[in-house]
Amino acid sequence: MQWEVVIGLEVHAQLATQSKIFSGSSTTYGAEPNTQASAVDLGLPGTLPVLNEQAVAMAVRFGLAVDAAVAGRSVFERKNYFYPDLPKGYQTSQMDQPIVGPGVLEILLEDGTRKSIRIHHAHLEEDAGKSLHEDFQGMTGIDLNRAGTPLLEIVSEPDMRSAKEAVAYVKAIHAIVTYLGISDGNMAEGSLRCDVNVSVRPKGQEAFGTRAEIKNVNSFRFIERAIHFEVERQIELIEDGGKVVQETRLYDPDADETRSMRTKEEANDYRYFPCPDLLPVEVDEAYIEHLRQTLPELPAEKRARFESELGLSAYDASVLSASREMADFFEEVKDVCGDAKQAANWVQGELAGRLNKENLDITVSPVSAAQLGGLIKRIVDETINGKAAKQVFAALWDGEGKSADEIIESRGLKQVTDTGAIEAVVDQVIADNPAQVTQYQEAEPDKRGKMIGFFVGQVMKASRGTANPQQVNKVLKDKLDSLS
Amino acid sequence: MSSSIALHDKTLSELAQGLEAGEYTSRELTEAFLARIERLDGELNSYITLCREDALRDADAADARRAAGNAAALTGVPMAIKDIFCTEGVRTSCGSKMLDNFVAPYDATVIEKLKAEGVVILGKTNLDEFAMGSSNENSHYGAVKNPWDLSAVPGGSSGGSAAAVAAGLAPAALGTDTGGSIRQPAAFCGITGLKPTYGRVSRYGMIAYASSLDQGGPMARSAEDCARLMNVIAGADPRDSTSVVRGVPDYVEGLDYNLKGLKIGLPKEYFGEGLSEEVEASVRAAIKVFEDAGASVQEISLPHTHLAIPTYYVIAPAEASSNLSRYDGVRFGHRCKDPQDLEDLYKRTREEGFGDEVKRRIIIGTHTLSEGFFDAYYIKAQKVRRLIRQDFLDAFDQVDVLMGPAAPTPAFDLGAHKDPLSMYLQDLYTIAINLAGIPGVSVPAGLAGKRPVGLQILGPHFGEQTLLGVAHQFQQITDWHRQRPEFGQEQA
Repeated sequence: MQWEVVIGLEVHAQLATQSKIFSGSSTTYGAEPNTQASAVDLGLPGTLPVLNEQAVAMAVRFGLAVDAAVAGRSVFERKNYFYPDLPKGYQTSQMDQPIVGPGVLEILLEDGTRKSIRIHHAHLEEDAGKSLHEDFQGMTGIDLNRAGTPLLEIVSEPDMRSAKEAVAYVKAIHAIVTYLGISDGNMAEGSLRCDVNVSVRPKGQEAFGTRAEIKNVNSFRFIERAIHFEVERQIELIEDGGKVVQETRLYDPDADETRSMRTKEEANDYRYFPCPDLLPVEVDEAYIEHLRQTLPELPAEKRARFESELGLSAYDASVLSASREMADFFEEVKDVCGDAKQAANWVQGELAGRLNKENLDITVSPVSAAQLGGLIKRIVDETINGKAAKQVFAALWDGEGKSADEIIESRGLKQVTDTGAIEAVVDQVIADNPAQVTQYQEAEPDKRGKMIGFFVGQVMKASRGTANPQQVNKVLKDKLDSLS
Repeated sequence: MSSSIALHDKTLSELAQGLEAGEYTSRELTEAFLARIERLDGELNSYITLCREDALRDADAADARRAAGNAAALTGVPMAIKDIFCTEGVRTSCGSKMLDNFVAPYDATVIEKLKAEGVVILGKTNLDEFAMGSSNENSHYGAVKNPWDLSAVPGGSSGGSAAAVAAGLAPAALGTDTGGSIRQPAAFCGITGLKPTYGRVSRYGMIAYASSLDQGGPMARSAEDCARLMNVIAGADPRDSTSVVRGVPDYVEGLDYNLKGLKIGLPKEYFGEGLSEEVEASVRAAIKVFEDAGASVQEISLPHTHLAIPTYYVIAPAEASSNLSRYDGVRFGHRCKDPQDLEDLYKRTREEGFGDEVKRRIIIGTHTLSEGFFDAYYIKAQKVRRLIRQDFLDAFDQVDVLMGPAAPTPAFDLGAHKDPLSMYLQDLYTIAINLAGIPGVSVPAGLAGKRPVGLQILGPHFGEQTLLGVAHQFQQITDWHRQRPEFGQEQA
């Protein structure tokens, strides 16, 4: 039987506010346990929440970026359950009246096709603390630094049909939140986490199959692998005559499998009800309009501009606009060198290759955008040739100089375009290689083109790569042909 | 005012005058009250924690401040605080074993305000556990006795505050009122107690029972005293999102109120079945006093009154079940010994830490919020709540204030209401006020034998100034508020 995979995602983006969603405590990552937990975060008796306006503004900006309806009035509710790292015994979240209504996000697949994924809604909520099970000899430690950190939970419709689409969707969400500057998107630190809902159905069937929810998957790779595993599991189960049960599962990256956490029957009744300590959140048109004015250029707009104004290919434009860091880097390179196509080639080619090899992010690239731009500028103005440029890039990567110009100068890589100087080297090479010269002279004219490569190589070697290759070619051809 | 009145019988306003006139120091006053509490409270049990050292230190600071010429209106005056307000460095128990070991690391906003004023805190008063009760019999620290009649309850949940003020163990106290917890004990103990409009006084640091109903307020010997305290504690608080940003009038200025032309409504539902004859007689006599002073009286209907108690007992327990989830033995408060696992920790901690009434309300609230019941209970109760509120809004289109009894009977005997439902019915006249969010004041209006009767006066949202003015004018004509119980007098 042919199966179709149906995937919906809940993405939790930690918002980059200065302080927590309901208290003044700092949200900085990595502080000593419980040093960023105030009386409010500890849920001390008598404390009350006060909503952080910055978190509201960030949620609204997200809504505008995905063409969603921003709710004029949204309501915080309490989701009640007991857990040691949940200090109040409830999580303050939004349920029936979220701040961001239905929207849509376009994703780009590897084969270059695009697809629209509908967003059901996005809502604000507070994060819980962390339970630490190691280092306490059978006991559990609680760190409440993260408790009360603002999260935007972005819930998609079940519109994705493959693991690749799911990953592309999360990448698109990642791009939007980082473009907007509302989240640092750092998945390793948990700033972006996903719950993946997976089900399968016979191809052509309209009704959805029973879904399993895979909790807290925190890398693009794990999302893909968790889905693959889960799809296989469900198909096998059904084909063996079994039934998928609605349940929450956990992906274990070490074993590369998902395991059942709890079934629907064991699920909590969260007893949601409006939080009586917080007023409904009201945002008016003027406020929304004001935030709309502050929206940066978003990935889709940027991609369109890269194509139309800079003349990049659709593929280059997509890759370079995929993340804000990448786009910003590219644009700076382009501005410094003045050649968008060269800039695109270098950023995606030499630089991306090296970063990938060393497993580095573009934000920590050893070669800065200004340096790379300076290098390309010297290619464009023919100060150096392509071969020397690779040397300069390698030297910049290794930190051998502050700028391309400095390295060109110190290594003497400046391209030799003086015809007299090139002629002198060519004469020397011809004199040093009489056998090859004879071969050349005896060859048919249509074979000579290939044979000239040997002499070019020798000249370049003798000039330590600085001779202008086009000139070398021309001078060599003239001289060799005139000898015969 | 004659200084022949014993210090413990004076009003807060008189004590403030005495301090200003240099008749005594704050230290003398504080020591006098502490000594009286130590001598008499063994019998009443109105205090849970006495703050002797802190009080004397603060009294000295108040005296120094006065000497430096920086005294505020109430600097150096001592008072008591219901043990539901967090007070930095002092145990804040909420009348519960759960918080028996909880020393608050911060001050509630109203405590901050009182301290800034220079008020001296004598101690923390007894209450029904987590403010759940109408008799103060639900306290981990034992029942409180009514100083007017030691076989009677003082009312609840602010029973310790009411008994302490009535017995001269404090000139005034802070209470909280979720369904009548200031007004009913004020009535039972013959003192004046104001429940302000919801949002008028900050709830920050006031341990939550039912967040949408809880409101702190003053309990004292006169409307004037309540006005002076309101001048200190009222106002918006950036730490309480439900406090209302709105100008605070001078409540003392508002005392100069002209009763002539005052339109009084009598809700007919508050004079029906269940109202004791002696309470009705006192209340009607009090209303006659207003009529004689030029006020007009008309009957009013609050047609949804009969739904107030069921509505309250859906909403308040629902909120409480969630508010009390934080008492889990993990971070503070009681923790059971040697928990076997997490579930055991939760179950035994809460089993041991909470009393029966608290458990009952947590169970009710958990049930009404559950899947399948939520719409039928919680959502419906919220709808009825709006109808109850509308009853009052409609009434205040016709009259300035409403008057009636604060409770159907005078203080009942200790142990009289073993059945929780019969206890819940005691709040018939007070509970709707919290659901509507309006202010109400209870003033002494008579005695039924040894036990006081309270007149309840209700006003529109933010009508405290009028309420206190009306109550003050009543106290210019009558002297019920000047009556003192025999308890503790011979030992004065």
